[in-house]
Amino acid sequence: MASIRNRLIFIALLVSMALWGLRPREVSIGTAADGTDSTETRWGLKLGLDLQGGMHLAIEIDESAGPVTNLDDAIDRVQTVIRSRIDEFGVAEPLIQKVGNDRLIIQLPGISDPARAKQIIERSAFLEFRITDMQGQFEASLERIDRALERAGVVVGDEAETRGATQTVLDQLLGAATDTTTQSTDSASTTDSLDNTADAPVTAIFSRFLNQGDLPGEFLVAEEDVPRVTQLIEHPEFQRNMPRGFVLRWGREPRAIVGRTYRGLYAVESRPIITGDRLADAQAQLDPVYNQAVVNFQLTRAGGRIFGRATLEHVNDYMAIILDGRVQGQPPIIRSQIRRNGQIELGNTSIQAAQDLALVLRAGALPAPIRIVEERTVGASLGEDSIRAGRLAGAVAIGLVIAIMAVYCRRAGLLAIVALGCYVLFTLGGLATLNATLTLPGLAGFVLSLGLAVDANVLIFERIREELALNRSPRVAVESGFEHAMPAIIDGNLTTVITAIFLFWFGTGPVKGFAVTLIIGIMASLVTAVFVTKTLFLIWLQRRSADAEFSI
Amino acid sequence: MFRFFDKADYDFLRVRKPALMFALLFMIPGLLLLAIRGVNQSIEFTGGTLFELTAKSDDITTARLRSALDAAGITAPEITTFGARNEFIIRARLDPRAEVTEATTQETADAIDAALSDAFGADQYEKVRDERIGPTVAGELRQKAILAILMGFAAIFLYLSIRMEWRFAIAAVVATFHDILSALAFLSYFNIEVTLAVATALLFIVGYSVNDTIVTFDRVRENLHKFKRKNLYEILNRSINETLPRTVITSGTTVAATLAWVILGGPVLRGFLMVMTFGIITGTFSSIFIASPILHWVEQRWPGEDVRGARAFSRGPTVVPSPAK
Repeated sequence: MASIRNRLIFIALLVSMALWGLRPREVSIGTAADGTDSTETRWGLKLGLDLQGGMHLAIEIDESAGPVTNLDDAIDRVQTVIRSRIDEFGVAEPLIQKVGNDRLIIQLPGISDPARAKQIIERSAFLEFRITDMQGQFEASLERIDRALERAGVVVGDEAETRGATQTVLDQLLGAATDTTTQSTDSASTTDSLDNTADAPVTAIFSRFLNQGDLPGEFLVAEEDVPRVTQLIEHPEFQRNMPRGFVLRWGREPRAIVGRTYRGLYAVESRPIITGDRLADAQAQLDPVYNQAVVNFQLTRAGGRIFGRATLEHVNDYMAIILDGRVQGQPPIIRSQIRRNGQIELGNTSIQAAQDLALVLRAGALPAPIRIVEERTVGASLGEDSIRAGRLAGAVAIGLVIAIMAVYCRRAGLLAIVALGCYVLFTLGGLATLNATLTLPGLAGFVLSLGLAVDANVLIFERIREELALNRSPRVAVESGFEHAMPAIIDGNLTTVITAIFLFWFGTGPVKGFAVTLIIGIMASLVTAVFVTKTLFLIWLQRRSADAEFSI
Repeated sequence: MFRFFDKADYDFLRVRKPALMFALLFMIPGLLLLAIRGVNQSIEFTGGTLFELTAKSDDITTARLRSALDAAGITAPEITTFGARNEFIIRARLDPRAEVTEATTQETADAIDAALSDAFGADQYEKVRDERIGPTVAGELRQKAILAILMGFAAIFLYLSIRMEWRFAIAAVVATFHDILSALAFLSYFNIEVTLAVATALLFIVGYSVNDTIVTFDRVRENLHKFKRKNLYEILNRSINETLPRTVITSGTTVAATLAWVILGGPVLRGFLMVMTFGIITGTFSSIFIASPILHWVEQRWPGEDVRGARAFSRGPTVVPSPAK
């Protein structure tokens, strides 16, 4: 009796776990036109694009920053990179399709965080390492730049640069900016370290915005001045007077110094010592000492050689880590030769953001910038009609299985039906708990494991019948029936699981989807055969009166 | 009490040669046909034409779009609702085996346009765009899938060699291989379009067939221990007969389920479910008529110490014994 009670408790536990996994919840199904997430309440089991549809994105190469020479080739390479990013993101069976010569369609099944997915798709992830301006060549040419800008007619006030439809808006913005600029110079002159008026020539159109940073090639610009300074940097006269071999890059994050926020502006060598295409691996980690997120990377063997040579040459120089054109953190000093392994400090970012960064670094940089031109929700790719027909067919199929079981073993058939019901619940609950996505290939795995579950029950029943035919008492027949059926069940299930593991390991997309459902389904089938069916038999044996016929 | 084949006692092994002939006769023409015609790959592999439309009347549904295209001979289109309920994307192509070019794209788009205006009237919908689309399946998928299956076979072989014996392992793997080839022949007879789902149905067949064979072999192993004086021929027959009720019930139940789906599941899923149904049938056939005879043949060819430590097979011409009951 106690044994039956323990078994029932265990089964109840499994059933409630499965139900908990399947509980309905809010799911985000994409971003609506007004920018809010549109959500829907769905069962916990995620369905794939083919069965339920999902989010549809159309992307194009963004040529606003400059024309891309070979669009057709670029979009092909973008497709490869995005595919590997989405695969690494762990989206089950996305659809990525080239449309025409210059567009991509990306469809993702209902995912919990569409904004994050979009960010992962859109991010360029171009990583480069550059030595900062160690000799102060940029600083030396500031005077020349200021003069050139003045000659070109740029005035200190901002009016000259901005005319057009957006005049009023810009006036407001820049008006505010001018105010704070004066403040900035005031505060700077009171602080020794942030002195920018040392050798200011004439009007110092550009250099008045700069404050010397704490390492060679670093300057600090008050956050409010950033748009103005960006504008000046883009001026053709500025570009012409930049010292040869150097470029300017902004820092990613603002820095607070004595109560004001500044942004780093870095003069770095225009030739990177190495770029992200030499990366072999990148992993996010939480730095235990500073409790901040970092990305550890490893270069390829060839990349390690190049990096080793360059860093040896630049010992005691500062190296800027530039991601998508922005300097990451403060450039660290190179203390000794660095070979294949390095670390990017991310400062105050979440570990999830660090993981996303590591992911896009691993998958590689986009060969050209892209933009999302269309975002919609999309229906099931099998078509609404097939889904409806499939539901009916599924119901009929389950009905047939139940009917056959009932006819085949009468009263004991009830046990089989309850057992199979548990099996279905366990499988679906398991899929939901593991956050797997059920697709059509997954359904094939499900049907296979259903076949195995039916088989396990039938094997047990047949064995018990054989034992009963040998005139054994019901109790003995049940015991030895289970005992004899088990090797066949275990062998059959185990070989299938082993195959499924290989399919999961080597396969991609649908093959993986098939394998996942199959593995979970077989586990569920084994648990059902060992616990549920046996427990039901034990209860039956207990309940029936001693002389009643034991009919299966 | 309801029992099938309770006292079944058929001499399955006697018909092994006709059965083998039957299997070959089924397989070879189909495989030849496949070699000549090539695989009927779905639009997922080839790419084709994308046709986006906005319906102006409620009459236009996925099902009616599908039948309109079907009637015009544009087979197996993929039809998806898109954003609002009256917007649709159709992915289709005219000739599955033709290469996709700008010309075929235009041709297909025109054909879809013509089919839809015939069925609904040209003013009932508005074409938003038509464009050439590339394949959605990455090239590496096929290689990886084939590698995965081969590794799977190796794993099955290894497991059965350890659990039972290498002779059993060979027989099981050959039987499964037979099922894959038969399924390919089946595909080519019915000209079933090979979609990703159909490809996974082939994986289903591997799983089902191996399990079915193992259940029989498990009984063989048990009977080899139990009846030390019987030869392998008798033991194989006896084991198949003893597991016959289970085989019939399990296969029958699974076939009933998938067959219901073939009939009621609509045209899109039909190919996928037909292959699965066929797989169950051939998997059952092969464990009786391929796996066991092969085990018998292997044991004859390379007789060895079997699991019970004695020769399982009494050498000499195969007499046709009447298995003792």
